[in-house]
Amino acid sequence: MLLFIFLPIVSVVMQSMHIDHEQVFVEVENCDFFGCKKATMVDADATAELKKEQPLGRFVGLSNYINRAHLATSEVADAWRNKDSLGDFYDRVYNLPLYRAIIFTLVYTFTVTPLLIILGFLIAIAVNSLHQRLKGLVIFFSLLPMIVTPLVGSLILFWMIDSRGIIGHSLQMLFDDPDLSLKASTSLTWITLMVYGVWHSAPFAFVIFYAGLQTLPQDTLESAMIDGASRWERIRYVVIPHLTPLVTFVALIQLMDNFRVFEPIVGFNASAHATSLSSIIYTDLGGESQLLSSASTTSVLTILGVIILLSPVLYRTWRDWERKV
Amino acid sequence: MNRVLKATLIAAGLMSNSMVAYAACGISGGKVNIIGNEFPAIQTIGAAAVACAGDGVEVTTNLTKEHKELQVPGLSGDPAEYTVAIVANSSIVPLMNEGLIRPLDDLIAKHGGNFNDNQKISIGGQTMAIGFMANAQHMVYRKDILEQAGIEPPKTYEEVLAAAAMIKEKGLMKYPFGAAFAAGWGIAQEFNNMFLGMGGDFFKEGSAMPNINNEKGVAALNMMKSLTEHMNPDFLTLNNNEINAEWKAGNVAIMQMWGSRAGPLLAGEDSAPGVADNTVLAYPLTVGGGDIPATTLWWDGFTIAQNISDEDAEASYLAMVNAIDPSIMNDEVATQAVWMIEGYEPTPASAGVFATIAAGAKPYPMIPYESLLHTALGAELPDFFSGNESAEKTLSDVEAAYETAAKEKGFL
Repeated sequence: MLLFIFLPIVSVVMQSMHIDHEQVFVEVENCDFFGCKKATMVDADATAELKKEQPLGRFVGLSNYINRAHLATSEVADAWRNKDSLGDFYDRVYNLPLYRAIIFTLVYTFTVTPLLIILGFLIAIAVNSLHQRLKGLVIFFSLLPMIVTPLVGSLILFWMIDSRGIIGHSLQMLFDDPDLSLKASTSLTWITLMVYGVWHSAPFAFVIFYAGLQTLPQDTLESAMIDGASRWERIRYVVIPHLTPLVTFVALIQLMDNFRVFEPIVGFNASAHATSLSSIIYTDLGGESQLLSSASTTSVLTILGVIILLSPVLYRTWRDWERKV
Repeated sequence: MNRVLKATLIAAGLMSNSMVAYAACGISGGKVNIIGNEFPAIQTIGAAAVACAGDGVEVTTNLTKEHKELQVPGLSGDPAEYTVAIVANSSIVPLMNEGLIRPLDDLIAKHGGNFNDNQKISIGGQTMAIGFMANAQHMVYRKDILEQAGIEPPKTYEEVLAAAAMIKEKGLMKYPFGAAFAAGWGIAQEFNNMFLGMGGDFFKEGSAMPNINNEKGVAALNMMKSLTEHMNPDFLTLNNNEINAEWKAGNVAIMQMWGSRAGPLLAGEDSAPGVADNTVLAYPLTVGGGDIPATTLWWDGFTIAQNISDEDAEASYLAMVNAIDPSIMNDEVATQAVWMIEGYEPTPASAGVFATIAAGAKPYPMIPYESLLHTALGAELPDFFSGNESAEKTLSDVEAAYETAAKEKGFL
C-alpha cells in the first residue's frame, strides 16, 4: 500500500505543485541544407544548473489547478458574468479542456454503466435458460468482446464504421444518406464510443451475474412456481433480490473502469469530438515537449473524481458492514 | 600435450581473426538502439544500420509513428535507452532543450565518414546532427482526372477549390481533395503551412508570445474550412497513411502530401489500375495571393545520445555513418526520398520537394517553444471544423492554451 499507492500519489501531488524553471535563452546561428539563420535556443547548460539547485522546479502552490488547462477558475467566473443564458454558459465552459473532458467522462460513465449492467443481466438470464450442451459454446462467444484487447477491438470497429466500411456503408444505405458519417459528427461519435463501451464491458457483468445465478436458492424458486408466479415475477421477486449485492459490485468496478475511459478514444481517433480525463493526460504527455506538471494535476483531479464518484457506493458498503457487526 | 596447446592456440587465433573479419562497419563493440519515424526512407536507413550488427555489436531499431513522444523519455535515462535518434528539424529541438544529444565534432574528427560538408547540421557552431534527406509537403495530382475535367494543374489553393468543384460537378469524384487533417499533429501542421503561406509569423518579434490570432490566422483557417468541403467527411480522423490509402484506391485527385510518402506511390503497389501512372508529384501551392509557398521545408538526420558510454556512441556513429553511405543507393531507394547523399540522382519522386526548395519555402522553425504551439493548435483547431466556433474564438483558445503550457515549461 505504502510503496505502490501512497508514494506514487505523493509524488504526483508534489509534481502538480511545481512548474519548470525559467528557460535561459541564447542566440545562436543554425546551419542546415537550406542555409544558415539566427535562432533562439535554450541554453541547456544554464538550465541544467538551475535544475541542480532546485530539482523539482519552481513551487507554484495550487496555481496549476486553477489555470486554464484545469479548473480554469477565472475563465469560468468570466463565463458566468458574461453569459446570455444557461446554455451559453454551458457552451463557454464546454470550451475549456478539463470541463469538456469531465463532461464526456461523466456522460460516458453514467450511460455505459447502467446499460452494461442491464445487458449483462439479460445475457446471463438468457444463457442460463439454454440447454446444458450449448452453454459452454455460448459463454465462450459472449466473452469474446472482453477477451479482445480494447485497442484492437476499437480499431476493428473503427474500420467497420468507416464510411467505406461494412457498418458505415450499410448505415448509409439504411438511412439513404450517402453523406452519413459516424466519425464526422460529435454526437454520433459519442454514441459510437458508448456502444463500444457497452459491447466491451457487458461480458464482465454477464460472467458475474451468471455465476450468481448458479447459487439461486432452488427451493424458493420452486415454491414461487407452486404459488403460480410467472417467469417475469420469479425474476422480479426472486432472482433480482438475490443478485442485488452483485449489482453493487459490478457497478463499483465498472464506474471506476468507465471513469478511466481511454482506449476507444485512441482507437477511434476520436480526440476531435471526445476527450476524457485519461486522454487529456495522454495528450499532455504526448507532444514533443511533455507537460508533466499539467498531466500530474489532471491525475490528482482524476483521483479526487474517482473518490467522489465511489463515495456513495463505498458508504453503503461500509454501512452494511457496520450493521452486520 | 604440446599438440593440444598448439591446436588450441591456432583455434583461438582463427577465432579472433574471424571476429575481426566479421565485426561489420569497423565497430569493435557496443550497443546501438535507434528510434525514428516509420516512413520508407527511414526504414531503409534503419535496415542499413542493422546490417552492422555482428559479433559483440548489437543493433536494434524502433521505427514508429510515436517516435516524437518516445524520444525525449527514451534519451533522458542514464544510460539512455536509445543511442541514436533520427530526428527532423522540429524534433531535434526538444532534445536540444534538454541537452540530450551530443556534439558530433569529435566523432567526425576521429572516424570521418562518407558524407558531404553540407550534410552537417550545426547549431551554435557545433555539429549536432548529420542530415541525409530533405522533405516537404507539396501538391500531388492525378493527371488523368484533371485532363478529364479539362483543367490545368492548380498553382494556388484558390485554384484547388475551383478544380475540386469542377471535378465534383463532372461527377468524376465525390471528395477530390485530400490532406492529413486528423486532430492533433496533422491538422496543426496544415494550419502552420497555410499560415506561413499567408505570410504570418508564429511569434511576436523576439519573444515567446504567440501571434496567430490575426487576419492571417483567420484567413488560413477559412481556407482550410473551404478545402474540407471537398474532403472525405471523416477528415478529422484521417492521417497521412489513410490519405495515401484513399489515393491508392483512386478516390482523391489532388492532395497535399509529404514527398517521402508520395514517392513510393509511383511504384503502384496495392493501387487501383491507372492511379500510379497518372500520379504526378508537382510543386507547393501558394495561397491568398502570396508568393511564399504554403508549406515548410524539413530535413531528416541522425543524432547521438548524450547519456551513453563513449563506446556505444562510437558504435552508434559508425553504424549510422554506414547506414547513410552512398553505397545504399539503388533504384528503389532513390525513389523513397530526396536524399542529400552523394551519388543520388533526382527521380520523378523528388520533383515536388525540389520544386518546394526552389520556390523558397521556409524551413519549419527550430524554435524551443514551437512544439508547444503545435500541440495547442492540434488540440484546439478541431473545434473550428466540427463545431460552430468562429475562427477568432478558436485562435484565441489556441493562444490561451499555448500560454498556459508555455508558462508551465518556463518559456513565458
